[in-house]
Formats: sequence, C-alpha cells, structure tokens
Amino acid sequence: MLKITDLHAGIEEKKILKGINLQIKAGEVHAIMGPNGSGKSTLASVLAGRESFEVTGGSVEFLGKDLLDMAPEDRAREGMFLAFQYPVEIPGVSTTNFIKTAVNETRKYRGQEPLDAVAFLKLMKERMKLVQIDQSLLSRSLNEGFSGGEKKRNEIFQMAMLEPKLAILDETDSGLDIDALRIVANGVNQLRSKDNAFLVVTHYQRLLEYIVPDFVHVLYNGRIVKSGTKELALELEEKGYDFIKNEILVAEQA
Amino acid sequence: MLEFCRPNPGVNMYEENDDILGDVTSSEYKYGFVTDIESDDAPKGLNEDIIRFISAKKKEPEWLLEWRLKAYRHWLTMEEPKWPNVQYPAINYQDVIYYSAPKQKVAPNSLDEIDPELRKTFEKLGISLQEQKRLTGVAVDAVIDSVSIATTFKEELAELGIIFCSMSEAVREHPELVRKYIGSVVPPTDNYFSALNSAVFTDGSFCFIPAGVRCPMELSTYFRINAANTGQFERTLIVAEAGSYVSYLEGCTAPMRDENQLHAAVVEIVAMEKAEVKYSTVQNWYPGDKDGHGGIYNFVTKRGICQGDYSKISWTQVETGSSITWKYPSVILKGDYSNGEFYSVAVTNNMQQADTGTKMIHIGKHTRSRIVSKGISAGRSNNSYRGLVQVGRNATKARNFSQCDSLLLGDKCGAHTFPYIEVKNNTAVVEHEATTSKIGEDQIFYCNQRGMDTETAVALIINGFAKEVMNQLPMEFAVEAQKLLAISLEGSVG
Repeated sequence: MLKITDLHAGIEEKKILKGINLQIKAGEVHAIMGPNGSGKSTLASVLAGRESFEVTGGSVEFLGKDLLDMAPEDRAREGMFLAFQYPVEIPGVSTTNFIKTAVNETRKYRGQEPLDAVAFLKLMKERMKLVQIDQSLLSRSLNEGFSGGEKKRNEIFQMAMLEPKLAILDETDSGLDIDALRIVANGVNQLRSKDNAFLVVTHYQRLLEYIVPDFVHVLYNGRIVKSGTKELALELEEKGYDFIKNEILVAEQA
Repeated sequence: MLEFCRPNPGVNMYEENDDILGDVTSSEYKYGFVTDIESDDAPKGLNEDIIRFISAKKKEPEWLLEWRLKAYRHWLTMEEPKWPNVQYPAINYQDVIYYSAPKQKVAPNSLDEIDPELRKTFEKLGISLQEQKRLTGVAVDAVIDSVSIATTFKEELAELGIIFCSMSEAVREHPELVRKYIGSVVPPTDNYFSALNSAVFTDGSFCFIPAGVRCPMELSTYFRINAANTGQFERTLIVAEAGSYVSYLEGCTAPMRDENQLHAAVVEIVAMEKAEVKYSTVQNWYPGDKDGHGGIYNFVTKRGICQGDYSKISWTQVETGSSITWKYPSVILKGDYSNGEFYSVAVTNNMQQADTGTKMIHIGKHTRSRIVSKGISAGRSNNSYRGLVQVGRNATKARNFSQCDSLLLGDKCGAHTFPYIEVKNNTAVVEHEATTSKIGEDQIFYCNQRGMDTETAVALIINGFAKEVMNQLPMEFAVEAQKLLAISLEGSVG
C-alpha cells in the first residue's frame, strides 16, 4: 500500500528526514516511536503533503501512485488520512458541515454522487457511536473550545466518516487521559480491517497497549534505526530511548 | 473608547446549510452580459433642463419638480466628500446619462405584456416575473436602468392594504404619502450624493405597510444597470405604520464595462410605534476587472428612523460588488425603547475599495443598537469599516454593542477600522470589540487533508467567518449570498 524509499526531507536549510525506508501492506498496523525531535511528526506531515516541508530526495508510492507528485487534497481523496497532533479551529464552521463538505468532495473525486442529507445523517449517527462523540459537539464550530480529548475524538470520528485506506495517527495519544485514550483506541480497532492500514506515531508505549501494532519502528535522528514486533515497544518503555542511542553509538564506533 | 482583541469569537449554533459550496465553479462575474434592447435616453449631462426632462417623462406634479430643482441648486454649492478612505479619479458629472429607459412598444397592462427580452434578462438573473412561479413567496419590483418594469403580487398585497409599487407609480397614485415622507429621513441637503439623487432620481420602490399588518411575503427590488454611460439614481421609501412588519430585500447587478458607472441611491425607512422593518441587501454590482478597470461607483445613502416607541429597524448587507462602495446604512433611534441593528459582510478583492459601516443615533430613552461588521479583504483591495455611535443627552440608558472583525487573505490587501463614539449621557453603555485575523495556512492545510481543494477551503472558512451576518438574511437569499461570497474570492489564495 505504502512504499517509502530513501526519503529525505527538511524545513528550510535543516535536514530532518535522512533516508527513511518503510513498507506498509494492507491490513497492517505500524507504529513509529522515537524521542522528541527524531522526525516522527515531520514524516507524518511530509506524507500528508504539508507545504512547509521540502522533500529533497527519495520516493513514496501510495497504492501504486507517486504520492509526492500529488496535491495534499488528492492524497486525501486517494485514501490517506492524517489525524493531526494539533487539530485546527475553524470559527463559524460546524463540525457537521465541515465533515459533510469533506465527505462529498472526496466522493466527487471518486465519481460518486454526493450523499444527501438523510444518508449523511444516517452515516454520521452510526460512526458517532464508534468514538462516543456527542451530537451537540458536532453542531459547534470545528474544534473551537473543544477540550484536548474532544479534539482527538473528533479526529478519529472524521477518520471513521472518511474511511481512509491508510490512516496516520500523529501523537493522537498526547494529552489524553486514560478513558479518552481507551475510547480513541477502541474506535481505531473497530475500523481496522484487512483492506486498510494504520501508521501510529507515538512517543509512548501506552497507546500500543490498546492499538496493538504488527510492527514497531524506532525513528532516531531522521532514520529508522530499529524495527521489530510489539515487544520492541515494551523494551523501549523499559529501557528508555537511551538504550537505542547507546546501541547506535556502539555500532558507529565498531 | 476601547478597542481590544478577543481570542475567539463566541461559539454560535446555527442551522446546517446544504452543500452550498459544492458547486462554485466559475470565477467569472456571471451577470456581466448586456441586454440588447433599444432605450430611450436623455442626452448626456446635468442641468435644470435635464431635470425638467426627467420630471416631464414621469409626468410628475409641480411640487416634485420644484423639490428636484431645489436639491439640484443646493448640490451645485456642495463638494464631493473627500474623507472616505477610497481613491478614484474625479467624476465628470456632465459625462453621465441621467435617464435611460428600455423602450417598450406599449405600456404593459399585465406582466405577460413585458418585452420578452427584458423578461429573459431577469430570468437569466434568476428573478422570475411570472406570478405563477410564486413558490418563492417573494414579491419583486424589477428596475432596469432608470425605470421600474414590473412589480409582482401587487393585487395580493393590496388586499391587505399594503402598497408595493415603483416610485414613479407611487408619485402618481399616492402623491400625499410620497410628499409626506420623501426626504423626511434623508433630506436632499444631507450630503453630496443625496442632493444629486434628489435632483435626478428616476425610479425605485415604494412600500407602505398599514398599521397592524404583517407583510406575508418578502418584498424585494431588483436593480439592474444595463445601458452604457448611464448612472442609476433610484430612491426607495418604506413606511411601516404602527405595529406592522415587513422584510425587504434588494439585489443589484450590472454588465461588465470598461468605464466606471455611477450608482447613487437613497433609501429611507420610517418605522412607527412597535413597527419592525428588516432591510437586506445583496450588492453585486460589477466590481471591475482584476486591474481595476471599470466597475460601479456605489455611493449610497441609506437611513431609517425609529419614529415610534418600541420600533425596530434592522439592516443586513452583503457587499461583494462595486469597484468603490461608500455607504453607511444608519438608524435614528428616536422612539423610546427602539432598536437598531446593522449586520454587514463586505468583501473586497483585486482592486476594489470599500468604506462602509453604519451610524446609530440614540435619541430616545432605553434605545438599543447592535453592530456586527465582518470585513474580508483579498488581492490588493482596501476595506474600511467606519461607524458612528452617538448617544444624545436625553438617551438615558442607551446601549450599543459593536463588533468589527476583519479577515485578510494574502498580504497585499488592507483592512481598516474607524469607530467613532460620541456619548452625552452618562447612563449609556457602549461596547466596541474588534479583531483582525488572517486565514491561516494551517487551516487551509487541514481542509486540504480532508479532501477539499484550496478554493473550497477558503469558501468554507470565510462563510464561517461571516456566519453571524449570513444568518440574518432571509432563507431564500442566504444560499445565494453564500455562493456569492465564495465566487467573489475565487483566485485570491494560492
């Protein structure tokens, strides 16, 4: 589904990603972990097409197409979803209206008829249950005055509405208390299928207790330095990121 | 006088609108066509003979001709105002045609007899003059260049005692009412453009709602400038007797032309005790091209007086067109406990300039006013809010709340706020809030990531910004106005 080859990217003069290689297949959940400043969020942003980052080398293939050649909205319409670490506020635009526009723009791109009000509401009611989000929240201006947990739940709700092929969760667990974390993770788990894939970017192992990954990658200094199964996350939790740093240091000295 | 920034506009609840933004497709000014129809024009220029010509064409009574001539003589002594924050080359008032009427072979006795070309013009503009199509529940007075060509639903309204007709007809059929109220709110001497309008006004709408009657449908006037080199000088007069209610809407468009055309209108509203008048405008005059060639100079005086206690006048305007807009719909709050409102969205793009706002003049006790102004600037345009809140000596416990928000798209446009507050009664409470913000790249990227292209994203964000004002529009027009906002700003980002 996604094939990243030797991806280099940065912001202005600063190099952040220094040769990322990663393959994700349908049905898989990958976790990317790493210390602060290792490039986790940059990777998520670059994949989604944020303009402030410049790609300086490498390639990314998404569902057989050249991802880096696509506008951000086309990446989304092709089925890539980014759950933002810091969802933005749009005053005066209700969440419902926002999602309806998003859903119908995506349908238009895929040559489908727009959903009428009845069909849309039905879909919304159904997906609301997944993340236990309240109707009243959805009639308020998008993310305006939402608590941290409400914003993250809203991200997952939007994901449920848009049914992406590949969902990237950028530190969705940050700022969540344990109950909210469980709700969010539960929503993600219900959406997992053999046809879609997830890339979960997180700082802590905690989220991975609820969203169990097939693969765990450690990102350090712009490169994936270690990959493994979910046990790797536990090891990291136990030993801290210093253990990775030391390992690399040893390897470099050898 | 305090101006401070609020971190967030309040959360507001509103009805969901259907996919309004979905079908924004073209950035062309779609009303820019010209109707090919013969017209009966006055010669170019302005002098007493032209005024006599106009008055004679309209078969006006002597008093009205005298009234015009007096206004004209006063106008000659006046100077064009220089204080608005707009710039344009000097207008040659002798180079304008002051009267232009589409030639109709015979005066139409019924709507079926209207020249098919004219009917087509209005159908193209989305205005049906056929009463059978009454689904919309809106009565229309259609004005093209200098004359009103049709007014719908007249008979139905007459049964309730409501008079809704063109100004010319009102002068003929209801001279006593016209004479009593014309110039009573905006005197001819009020300002340069009201004096000019009083001298040469050609048509417009007249509306009279008798005591205790609630007008069952929206009344609307649709103004269209068609002929070249022509100015449009219409005059609208609305009188709401005690306890009556009316909601009124005006819309305007013009063909695309290289020259600038002058539109100097006057609107007067009188609200008696417990009467309520809601006046909405969707102004979409041709704005000129992206380099600032052509477009309408929209110099308009609009004022209402809350004459009686507990009366209410509410102005809502969506201003997207015109190369220059100069207009301050105002309310004189004379009756005790009367209420004035002004809701405005002004959009400027490319080289457009707008200097618009309101005046709330509190005279009566316990009078209240509310001002919500949303300015959106893009391209190299300039958008100014100018407002006056005046509380007189006797206006005990008057209250005003003003909120002026500006949204900038890009970094070559300007947004300005000129609030004037004059308070002569120390029991008054006057509040003013203002914010200026830019559409953030973060907001646009967020929308992009959800599958919206940038134009759709901008349309969504500005409609959100303007929501509070758009909600004030009658439902039938809110959807049109939202589309218009989006179209006006196309091509302004990215």
